[in-house]
Amino acid sequence: MNTHTAPTMSSATIGAAGEMLAGRPKITAKNVNVYYGEKQALFDVSVNIPEKSVTSFIGPSGCGKSTFLRCFNRMNDTIPTCRVTGDIEIDNADIYERGLDVVQLRARVGMVFQKPNPFPKSIYDNIAYGPRIHGLARSKTDLDQIVESSLKKAGLFEEVKDRLHESGTGLSGGQQQRLCIARAIAVGPEVILMDEPCSALDPIATARIEELIDHLKENFTIIIVTHSMQQAARVSQRTAFFHLGVLVEEGVTQMIFTNPRDRRTQDYITGRFG
Amino acid sequence: MASALTVWERRRQRLRERAIEFVLLVAAASSVFVTLAIVAVLIYESLGFFSSVPITDFLFGTVWTPLFSNPQYGILPLLGGTLLSTFVALLFVAPIGLVTAVYLSEFASPRVREIIKPILELLSGVPTVVYGFFALLFMTPLLQTFIPNLPGFNILSAGIVIGIMIIPYVASLSEDAMRAVPNNLRDGSLAMGATRLETAVRVVLPAAISGVAAAFILGISRAVGETMIVAIAAGQQPNLTLDPREPAATITAYIVQVALGDLPHGSLAYQTIFAAGLVLLLLTLVFNIAGFWLRHKFREVY
Repeated sequence: MNTHTAPTMSSATIGAAGEMLAGRPKITAKNVNVYYGEKQALFDVSVNIPEKSVTSFIGPSGCGKSTFLRCFNRMNDTIPTCRVTGDIEIDNADIYERGLDVVQLRARVGMVFQKPNPFPKSIYDNIAYGPRIHGLARSKTDLDQIVESSLKKAGLFEEVKDRLHESGTGLSGGQQQRLCIARAIAVGPEVILMDEPCSALDPIATARIEELIDHLKENFTIIIVTHSMQQAARVSQRTAFFHLGVLVEEGVTQMIFTNPRDRRTQDYITGRFG
Repeated sequence: MASALTVWERRRQRLRERAIEFVLLVAAASSVFVTLAIVAVLIYESLGFFSSVPITDFLFGTVWTPLFSNPQYGILPLLGGTLLSTFVALLFVAPIGLVTAVYLSEFASPRVREIIKPILELLSGVPTVVYGFFALLFMTPLLQTFIPNLPGFNILSAGIVIGIMIIPYVASLSEDAMRAVPNNLRDGSLAMGATRLETAVRVVLPAAISGVAAAFILGISRAVGETMIVAIAAGQQPNLTLDPREPAATITAYIVQVALGDLPHGSLAYQTIFAAGLVLLLLTLVFNIAGFWLRHKFREVY
């Protein structure tokens, strides 16, 4: 549990409310430290991420929220100087266990990036990419099925059903991002990580993605990193506030925004820094 | 008074600006003029040639003996030799060039890349005459241990060494094209659970295909125009064949052979050089247009 907040009168009630809102923890992180070479980016972060809900990570730039997010699918492994210590478990299984297959892990933990990054392939091939490399479809019909249902779940099917074989890079920014979400969904993940998924989008496209996130939480555990506190307030059930590599405070979103326990959280959400 | 001076100054400044612009234009245009001049000379001399030799004989004749007492001017043996040596070179360079590019771009650590790439690029600094002797004195004897009865001059050995020669171009340019693929595509693929090899082959390489195709086209152009290696190692008898084990002359080998001889200026034999040169130019032009077309067809936006 969170060890960074001083127990106060209200924290017990918040805790109770939090437990009520939160399902069983899907992901538990204990004492996670991340280093880039000599520089430490995250300090002793511990948090529980409840299943089938949206958890948002907020905080000023460089606070370590994206770094922490990338621990959950071990994307930090792709950075040679990066080192992660501590325990991260998904469904009570250590994902940093020696000999663990990151390919399998990343099939279970999908990711959507800040800038929409569809492959320069057709819309169809973008979605089919994951199922193909993981051998999820036994036949062409299977694959067609996966592509269609993924696009439907991402709320994109109606817009692109007549041009599935046109390039995915020809879509608008918002459509590209939903394509990336559909691509992540196609592999059948349990967790979806979103790293500022709307920061490159206009307000209307953002609204559509937020709507989609709200919908997706029925089937997926979602963690979203966002710069926008309004977005965190709108889409997430729980919020974690990071500052200078430290998890300052974590709890039910409403409580974080209306009644933060830590002075730093309060300063941030009231716009005193950030 | 002062303001009038400023107007004058401004006018002078504008004039100077224009003068500089003109100089830049001339500099940029000069290379175009030189190219056009070369083409004009080739065409002019070729016209003289084609006024004595019917163009159909030239294009479809299968015997090339312009220096014999009974001269025949069929370009096909030379064209065939050129294309065959280029084809052998391409077969050789395609796998090695691609694997090298994929390795350097996607797998090699920065340190390894910093060591390998300059060495690779050093290969392109080797004078082609050295490659020619390498083909004649090393590659051919080596091949003769596998292929008995391989003649001392043959297209195979020359083609393979041309392939070696163009590895740096193909590998280095392909690698540049692959490295230009933005990292967020790699991240996207890795985050889907793809391995590095799957990412390299199924995302990065297709995304870079226009640049890779351009690299190969450039390599082919080099191979088509390569002179010393074929002149030294492939023999100089025009020979219409599809068998790379046989000796054959290429267009370039013929040109260098004849241009060094003591042909009377303006003779028909002398003009064959220009006709052959024109064919070579058109051939490389075709490859460049093909490259242009490929780049457009497979242009990827990212």
